[in-house]
Amino acid sequence: MAIAAPSSAIGASTRPGGSAALAAEQLSIFYGEKEAVKKVDLSFARGSVTALIGPSGCGKSTFLRSLNRMNDTIAGASAKGSIWLDGEDINAPGTDVVSLRQRIGMVWQKPNPFYKSIYENVAFGPRYHGVRNKRELDEIVESCLRRTALWDETKDRLNQSALALSGGQQQRLCIARALSVQPEILLMDEPASALDPVSTSKIEELISELKQEYCIVIVTHNMGQAARVSDKTAFFYMGNLIEHNETNVIFTNPEKKQTDDYISGRFG
Amino acid sequence: MRMSNKTADRVATAVFYFFAFLIILILAGLIGFILYRGLSHISFGFLTSPPQTFKVGGGIGPQLFNSLFLLVLTMIITVPLGIGAGIYMAEYARPGRFTDFIRLVVEVLSSFPSIVVGLFGLLVFVNYFGLKFSLLAGALALTVFNLPLMVRITEQGIRGVPREQKEAGLALGLTRWKTIVKIMLPVALPTILTGTILAAGRVFGEAAALLFTAGMSSPRLDFTDWNPFSPVSPLNPLRPAETLAVHIWKINSEGIAPDAAQIAAGASAVLILTVLLFNLGSRWLGRFLYRKLTASR
Repeated sequence: MAIAAPSSAIGASTRPGGSAALAAEQLSIFYGEKEAVKKVDLSFARGSVTALIGPSGCGKSTFLRSLNRMNDTIAGASAKGSIWLDGEDINAPGTDVVSLRQRIGMVWQKPNPFYKSIYENVAFGPRYHGVRNKRELDEIVESCLRRTALWDETKDRLNQSALALSGGQQQRLCIARALSVQPEILLMDEPASALDPVSTSKIEELISELKQEYCIVIVTHNMGQAARVSDKTAFFYMGNLIEHNETNVIFTNPEKKQTDDYISGRFG
Repeated sequence: MRMSNKTADRVATAVFYFFAFLIILILAGLIGFILYRGLSHISFGFLTSPPQTFKVGGGIGPQLFNSLFLLVLTMIITVPLGIGAGIYMAEYARPGRFTDFIRLVVEVLSSFPSIVVGLFGLLVFVNYFGLKFSLLAGALALTVFNLPLMVRITEQGIRGVPREQKEAGLALGLTRWKTIVKIMLPVALPTILTGTILAAGRVFGEAAALLFTAGMSSPRLDFTDWNPFSPVSPLNPLRPAETLAVHIWKINSEGIAPDAAQIAAGASAVLILTVLLFNLGSRWLGRFLYRKLTASR
């Protein structure tokens, strides 16, 4: 199946392993006058998972949402600094935001499948981007649903509304939908915080599998989850990036006292 | 002596119940009275035959047809305009003076007395644009009357769509326009549709705005002539057309047929039943669509 692995078009051979897929440079984000994220430098490697942690309101979600320019849609929000994707500053004015977003998939806290059938949720993006052949679409739907371990549960009812699925299934469908347009990067904003423990562990397994091919950035409030799924962890506090390092270093031997305090639950 | 909190709570509960029942009573009394007076007069002949000026036994056939046809014409004009402007207000208008001004204009327009809208229609559509008393002039006047409501309905419908739906569309690399049309509009459809039908009910019962625009008379119609350019065709949008609501007003004020009172009562019952049907229909359709779209029970 040619489309089986959505990454095949941007195959591993063209990606030097470990190099930064996406990097923020001196990135500041404002809501009106308020600076929600302050001059953050942070890069994300291909084939890895980076967890963004920190207390509520620390700017981690805002930072995540600025990476695919989703914050543009919020009135009064503005960003300064650069975001580098393949040597191109995607934060620069004149960037084609629409085609940029296709390269950076996104998953939200609350599952938000389209009010459409299961099939249509996955097929919608590829069809919009020019895949018209029914068989090709079928293959994309099947491979994306297989990758998110949803195929066996849904193959007999692809034409049913996606909203009839359970919360955990909906979230996996949303991940399948994000994969359907072959992104290089996946942004996840607390993808499991609205789910039960079983669904959560399924999502975590999925993240671990997907990181082979994607650069994943995940915001989470769950320390255990950050420790389980991520390779690197970045700790945000009051809009500042306090510390960024290998996850096991952050969790066992952090450099900064603030990080230590947060991880050991003394605040936040 | 102060009432205890418990007693005060009981009294308040009783008062609110009283007001609620009062409203129900007024409505039930109103509808009951109109139906009681008119229902016995409704028959197939009454609904299909033309009115009589001097004799007993006139019907409301042309008026009923005119009302429905005018409604369709109005909606053909109003719905695209209202949905377009509503989408603009919900998605494109940036907060600021200009948007506030548009909103103010819409509010003012929606609180215009319909008789004033009628006079405006007379001056502009009937006289200035030379449409004469015609269905088209009536439909345009009703558009002025109805447009603010349609804009508001659409704006509310679109705003009611969860933000994450819009973001999900954008995140797949859809343009804003495609996200609105393909993702958000279907979600908002039940709200927009029910609102539209309710607005249709209001249009259907409107009289004052039509007195000087669609006119107070109908030419002799030939219901076998469906060529919209023929002057006797019911479909001709440039012919004058007395609607049901206008007809009720006219026969009540200057009807000289011996059974004018019964005809007015019967026509009123038909009018109110139709509007009631619009209301119930919109609820049913809204619920049906919502279930179908969300797969909830």
